[in-house]
Amino acid sequence: MNEVTDESTSPDASSGTATATGTGAPGASGASVAPEPSHGDGSTPGRRTILEVDELQMYFPVKSSGIIRRTIAHVQAVDGVSFEVETGSALGLVGESGCGKSTTGRLITRLLTPTAGAIRFEGRDIAKLSPRELKPLRRDIQMIFQDPYTSLNPRHTVGSIVAAPLEIHNVVPKKKILSRVQELLEIVGLNPEHYNRYPNEFSGGQRQRIGIARALTLNPKLLVADEPVSALDVSIQAQVINLLQDLQKEFDISFLFIAHDLAVVRHFCPEVAVMYLGKIVEVADRVTLYNRPYHPYTQALLSAVPDVKQAAIGGRRDRVRLEGDVPSPINPPSGCRFRTRCPIAQDICAKVIPPLLQIGPRHKVACHFAGEAGKHPAQPVFSRALGVDENGSPEPGVTPVPGLVEHPGFADTWFDIESQKMGS
Amino acid sequence: MTQQPTERPADRSTGQPAGRGAPSGDIVLEVHDLRVHFPTNDGVVKAVDGLDFTLARGKTLGIVGESGSGKSVSSSAIMGLHNPQRTKISGSVVLNGVDLLTLSEDQMRKRRGRDVAMIFQDPLSSMHPYYTVGNQIVEAYRVHNDVSKRQARARAIEMLARVGIPQPDRRVDDYPHQFSGGMRQRAMIAMGLINDPGLLIADEPTTALDVTVQAQILDLLQDLQREFDSAVIIITHDLGVVAEMADDVLVMYAGRGVEYGPCKEILTHPEMPYTWGLLSSVPDVQGDTAVKLVPIPGNPPSLLSPPSGCKFHPRCQHRDKVPGDLCRTEEPLLVAGQRGPGHTKRCHIANPEDIYAKEVLPEVEGVAEAMHDLVEESK
Amino acid sequence: MPDTARKVVSVFAYVVRRVLQGLVLLLVMSLVTFLLFFAAGTNPARVSCGKNCSPALQKQTAKALGYDQPVIVQWGQFLQGVVKGRDYPNDPALKKAHPELIAHCAAPCLGYSRVNNETVNTLVKDAIPVTASLAWMAFLIWIGGGILFGVIAALRQGTVVDRGIVGISLLLYAFPTFFTGLFLYEFVAIKWQLVPIPNFVSIGDGGVGGYLVGLLLPGFTLALFTMAGYVRMTRAFVIESMGEDYLRTANAKGLAPRRVLIKHSMRAALTPLVTMAGLDLAVLLGGAIITESVFNYDGLGKLQISAVQNLDLPLTVGIVLLLASFVVIANIVVDILYAVIDPRVRVG
Repeated sequence: MNEVTDESTSPDASSGTATATGTGAPGASGASVAPEPSHGDGSTPGRRTILEVDELQMYFPVKSSGIIRRTIAHVQAVDGVSFEVETGSALGLVGESGCGKSTTGRLITRLLTPTAGAIRFEGRDIAKLSPRELKPLRRDIQMIFQDPYTSLNPRHTVGSIVAAPLEIHNVVPKKKILSRVQELLEIVGLNPEHYNRYPNEFSGGQRQRIGIARALTLNPKLLVADEPVSALDVSIQAQVINLLQDLQKEFDISFLFIAHDLAVVRHFCPEVAVMYLGKIVEVADRVTLYNRPYHPYTQALLSAVPDVKQAAIGGRRDRVRLEGDVPSPINPPSGCRFRTRCPIAQDICAKVIPPLLQIGPRHKVACHFAGEAGKHPAQPVFSRALGVDENGSPEPGVTPVPGLVEHPGFADTWFDIESQKMGS
Repeated sequence: MTQQPTERPADRSTGQPAGRGAPSGDIVLEVHDLRVHFPTNDGVVKAVDGLDFTLARGKTLGIVGESGSGKSVSSSAIMGLHNPQRTKISGSVVLNGVDLLTLSEDQMRKRRGRDVAMIFQDPLSSMHPYYTVGNQIVEAYRVHNDVSKRQARARAIEMLARVGIPQPDRRVDDYPHQFSGGMRQRAMIAMGLINDPGLLIADEPTTALDVTVQAQILDLLQDLQREFDSAVIIITHDLGVVAEMADDVLVMYAGRGVEYGPCKEILTHPEMPYTWGLLSSVPDVQGDTAVKLVPIPGNPPSLLSPPSGCKFHPRCQHRDKVPGDLCRTEEPLLVAGQRGPGHTKRCHIANPEDIYAKEVLPEVEGVAEAMHDLVEESK
Repeated sequence: MPDTARKVVSVFAYVVRRVLQGLVLLLVMSLVTFLLFFAAGTNPARVSCGKNCSPALQKQTAKALGYDQPVIVQWGQFLQGVVKGRDYPNDPALKKAHPELIAHCAAPCLGYSRVNNETVNTLVKDAIPVTASLAWMAFLIWIGGGILFGVIAALRQGTVVDRGIVGISLLLYAFPTFFTGLFLYEFVAIKWQLVPIPNFVSIGDGGVGGYLVGLLLPGFTLALFTMAGYVRMTRAFVIESMGEDYLRTANAKGLAPRRVLIKHSMRAALTPLVTMAGLDLAVLLGGAIITESVFNYDGLGKLQISAVQNLDLPLTVGIVLLLASFVVIANIVVDILYAVIDPRVRVG
């Protein structure tokens, strides 16, 4: 009774989106999905969702050290993460070390197999597919890695690195491979005559371009970029970011952009999700997230980013100082995981896990006291809707607000905090 | 307003009271024409080729540059950490009135860790994995102070507490890998400041840390600087860090200082195309996202065979503003610009302010609007 | 559970786990040895029995030594013997009637060598001191020499000294042990007469001096080859540790160079060396076959060769298992040592 369960759509809806009907009991919304792609999700008409992640979970076992090694605990790296990526758009995934964003990236590309949850790529759940079934999908989902110095095999020429996917998937006849490689090198801004050189003959920025070229060989539809510019110099970062933006426009590629640099993410991604300790705490379009964040962690994160302009005129903004360290993902705090460092945590936060609920047209937040910085409400905002009182204890005689469901993506209706009702 | 540090045993080698260095406001460090060359089989790598700056007590200098700019090499040269057989260092580095480059290795070693200390980028690899944190901090203390192990340990615990590590008496016996990233960097700071050096050099201290931890560490450094009244050099590639921490900024490129002046000055009225490039290639948390970033074209120069004349000219988009072929043939000197003697730059362009206002800013509209307003406001 | 108690328990649990794994390994090794032996094709009973062997005598020998049973049963009997002790021949009736015809081999019984008419245990017991002495003498030489020259080469990297050391190591590495052994024998002992003719002298017979001198030449022979490898490795480890960031920190603190070298650099470089040395020593304890043959020292090496040449199954199996257990124990010790030295390895 303390949690809102996810009454999601039938798993194989071809549109891949979840909808929530405005009225009706939570149970009914699951059954009445219209399978056609008119997504009640506030997105631009015609826009479809290429990736839908639903309650994705990745637990790594921790073995005991006794004579017989049993699994005594789990590292809850990713714990129930749901989001959507629109076709041709980019979703930014930000968070600090240990939040699970890199693990999420690896799950999407199926370098790892999730312990639970669904990953729907173009409507099809790929979470539990075997390696053989995954092989054709690898053409559609590719990854760009962080460290350009270690992610390229130093013993292979650049040409063979870029050609490898072509050879593995047999998409191009052998004699056409070279020309395709050269074409790709040119697309990413490298000299096509350099295909016979080795990675160590290139600078960091150029190596990253090689990695991008390799990712592009098979015309992927979705690129997962895991910190693609963190290891690069500032001026080179800008070059690579511009390149990625050009590529996105030209080839209509969707991006899952994982980074810790908030400024870079904001520049690249129209939608951003913030992760903390394996969960998404807030997701919104970038204007909302960066100007009106409602979650105290997002607010702290944004206030910690050094601001060149602000400092130039001689002020340091009020920083929300977070004390202490990130807790261990093996034994995360009960209820809201951020409560141990949260400046506004109260009793209910330890008892009830705040659901990730939509509170605006493109804004979801998981906090009992969600509100603008400095103006957090005194009473928990979802409690009546969840059927509990303000201390987290179940309140008899209160019915939860219908239609309050957790689902990936944005719906046409949401829970308006002011009125405590579903609005639109 | 100088806070006197707490009582500590006097240093036996100089007999000076603890808290050594010049009184507040005085010049702690004066670097003049510093050059660091590495002779190699392929030629001489001129990692630093003419560096000048001064630093007063209680002040922070931010050195900004990208890889290959020579910022780390120059700080290692100040510390005397280069191998004398493989490095040719010239110029002068005057710390508290003594030119460090003229000292013998023994004399320099006395000062290292005591008068000038350094903290590094990656605290995990910068600490020995086999010894406890307390052991390593104690070591730093006992090298320069003749005290018993017990006294040194007590001092180490005191420093750990001062840098904000909880339960310092327990954590002093932990190993580096048992600390989190932020705690490790705090421990490194404790190790660097334990002898109350007049100058602290922080080489990319927060690059390896999360942004909230970075904020904590920067706050800590500022608090400690105020308390110890030390001079701080912070080396970074992050303009935001410099903007928040530094009083003065030195922008380095290809081993030289190319712009130098008060921080606010440089950020609002930059006068050198490289600085323009840096400012406009960094996405801003509040800028206009529809505008593309304006990167600096090309790659950093080779230090083995650097370009002739101005080292930046191959990548500079404003070469045509300078008459003749001056940028290619003659290297500009570091001279004061339009804004006055406190702001020097190494560039041939005669009227950078106009160019900045008319050409550079409008190209980077998002930054431009806000910056322009700031420029107007500050007038 | 308080911290220290938990640590002790986990170390204990680790050791127990490793020992159990080791026992399983030994079990498998013994079976494999048996199978290999019998896969060879020659009839061991005939070989044991000697040249003039009638089929009847052969059969009798086979029965006495237990060769008439299927391989698995033989193996089972062997295992039983290790645990409980064994009688040769295994005939309870005969034991009652003529106890003097039965040879009893107490547990742990590694077998009975008909060829040598002794239990394996006795043969091995005589050979071990020789091999052990050779082993530790060689060990000291190669560790001492290897580390010393390796460090010198690393500190003088790129100079003539460094290149000289590396070059000589390569030479020594290239020469096979029997060549070095014979060379030393010929020149040092015979031609130049720097030492008496090498012979194993126990401490009881020749005093400590005689004992050590007797070990010099074969010790060097054994050591030179390995030392060359250790010089190269020490050099590489020290050079690698010199590039580590924590050395830069140590220098930045103002530590004297020697302290930096010994406390920071060497400790890190030595760890992999120590662990490797432990394993190498274990293997060496199994007998340096060539060296012992060249110098005619009656150690485990020589014993092994004769066992194989004579198709002496029990002796072969016994020695193989002894060797294997040395290696297993060494592995466990080395792992624990590693955890003691490197705190990062100590898992909770």
